[in-house]
Amino acid sequence: MIWNEFIECMERERLVKLQNKRLSAMIERVYYNVPFYRRRFQEMGIEPGDIKNVDQLKQLPFTTKQDLRDNYPFGLFAVPISEVVRVHASSGTTGKPTVVGYTRKDIDIWSEVMARTLTAAKAGKNDVVHIAYGYGLFTGGLGVHYGAEKIGATVIPISGGNTQRQLQLMVDFSSTILACTPSYALHLAEALSEAGISSDVLKLKAGVFGAEPWSEEMRKEIEEKLRIKALDIYGLSEVIGPGVAAECMEQKGLHVFEDHFIPEIVDPETLEVLPFGQLGELVFTCVTKEALPLLRYRTRDLTVLNADKCYCGRTIVRMQKCLGRSDDMLIIRGVNVFPSQIETVLLEMSETKPHYLLIVDRVNNLDVLEVWVEVDEQFFSDEIKKLESIRKKIQHNIQSSLGISANIKLVEPKTIERSEGKAKRVIDKRKL
Amino acid sequence: MIIKQLSIFLENKSGRLTEVTETLASADINISAFSLAETAEYGVLRLIVNKPEEAEKVLKEKGFSVNLTDVIGLVVPHQPGGLHRALKILSSEGISVEYMYAFALSDRATVIIRTDAIQHTIAVLQQHKMELLKTSDIYEI
Repeated sequence: MIWNEFIECMERERLVKLQNKRLSAMIERVYYNVPFYRRRFQEMGIEPGDIKNVDQLKQLPFTTKQDLRDNYPFGLFAVPISEVVRVHASSGTTGKPTVVGYTRKDIDIWSEVMARTLTAAKAGKNDVVHIAYGYGLFTGGLGVHYGAEKIGATVIPISGGNTQRQLQLMVDFSSTILACTPSYALHLAEALSEAGISSDVLKLKAGVFGAEPWSEEMRKEIEEKLRIKALDIYGLSEVIGPGVAAECMEQKGLHVFEDHFIPEIVDPETLEVLPFGQLGELVFTCVTKEALPLLRYRTRDLTVLNADKCYCGRTIVRMQKCLGRSDDMLIIRGVNVFPSQIETVLLEMSETKPHYLLIVDRVNNLDVLEVWVEVDEQFFSDEIKKLESIRKKIQHNIQSSLGISANIKLVEPKTIERSEGKAKRVIDKRKL
Repeated sequence: MIIKQLSIFLENKSGRLTEVTETLASADINISAFSLAETAEYGVLRLIVNKPEEAEKVLKEKGFSVNLTDVIGLVVPHQPGGLHRALKILSSEGISVEYMYAFALSDRATVIIRTDAIQHTIAVLQQHKMELLKTSDIYEI
C-alpha cells in the first residue's frame, strides 16, 4: 500500500525537477528570513538566484547541531514566532535542548510523511494504532499520532511506561499496529510471555520502530515473539521528527521522503559528497519546511543510499539501516546522551571530579546506563551515609539535567583508564 | 585524647583488603583495631594503627583513597552494663554516635567511637570520670 503514489513512485527525472524548484525557493526564503544563513551566503558570495538545482547543494554551507545550540532557542527560525504553532525539543550537550518549531503547514507535511510511513506498514483506516512513543517535547509520540489520524486509523495515545497496562489495553482494544522504540517492543514481548499471555490474543500485525539503532537480530526476535512484521522508521527532530524515512513490507532499506528532505552522503572527515552506494554521513536539506528549513544538516548517522526502484514500486531513494554514528553521541532509551553532559554534571558538583566511565548495556531489552565515578580524597568521607548521599546526588543531577536514570557506582581512584591523557569514557556493551 | 583513625575506601573486589594489609606490613605499621563497613558495591575500612600519618602516606602512594578521622578510644570495664553506662551519658548530652567498634581484652574493653562532636564528647566523658585511651597508648612517639 502506498499513501502518495504520485510522489513515492515518481520518475527520478521528474522528482529532481520538483526538488530543484523547491530548493531554489527554499534558498530564497532562508536568505531573506534567517540572518545566520544570509551571513554565510554573503561570506561565500552566493546570491539566492545562483542556486537552481540539487547538484549545486555541494556549494552550500552545512548546518550542525552546534549551530542550533548557538542560536538557541529560536534563532534559526525562518518565520515570526506568531506563525509557529508547535515547538518540540530534544536534549543537547550543554543542558540546553535543541529546539525545533513547526508552522501549520509544517505539521501538515509531518502528518503527510507519517501517513506514508504508516501506510508502508500496511496500516489504514481500519487499524488501531497503539502509540507507546513518549508524548511531550520528544517528537516520537505526537509525530506518529498525527500521521495515524491522517490515515483515519483509531489512535491509542498511550505514551510510554506502565507495561502491564499497555498489554491490557492492546488486548482489550485489539490494537493492530504498534509504534514504539524497538527495545520497548522487545520489553513488551517479554512482559507478555512472563504474564503467561499467548501472542495469539494480540491482534498486532506490524510495528513501526525507531528513535534508536537496532539490529537485524533484534528485528527477528521481535517478529518471532510478537508475530508481527517489524519495520524500521527513521527521523530526527531537527529535520522533522519521525517520518524522514521508513521501511516498506519488503524490509529492503528505508524509503527517504526526498520530495521534502533531500539526502546527501558525505565523507565525515573531508565533507566531500559521496556517490550513491558509498558509506558516509547522512545530510539533509529540508526544502519544504517553513519554520525551521535547515540547509545540509549533518545527522552524524552513517548509512548508504540506493536509488534503485524497490519491489514495492516506490522509486524514491532508500537508505540502509543506520550503521553507526560519526560522533560520540549515545542513544539510550531514545534519549540523546553525550558523555560531555555527564562531565558537566560532575564538574558542577563540588564533591566530584570528572573522572567517569559510562557503561551502556541492554538488560531485559531495556537500555541501562551505569556511571562509574572515582572517589578521591576530596569527597571521600568515612561515613557510608555521606558517600551514599553523594551517590544519590549524582544520580539526581544526571536525571534532572539529562532526563535519564543512571546507576552510579563509586570506584577507587585510578580505576578508570587514562590513556595518553584522554580517558576512555564510554563502553557500549549493547549488541546491535 | 583524640586518636587519628585511618579510613580507606575499598571497592568490593577480591584481593583489595590484602593489598592494604600488605602495604602496612611492609611499612612496619601495627594495627590495633579495625572495622569494615560495607555496602553492596564498596566498603570503608577503618583502622587504628601505631603510625597513622605514615600509614596514610604509604597508602596514598599505592593509590588508595585515604583520610584521617578524629575518634576517641573509651575504656570501659569488661562486665555487664559497662558500655551501657557510657552510652547513656552520651545520649543524655544529645551526642550522636556515627559509628563505633570495640575490642575486649581480659578485664577491660576498648570502644572506638566517632561522634558528631568529638571535643564535646571528650569533655562530657571526662566529667563523668570515664577512662579514655591516651594517644600515647596507641601511637609510637
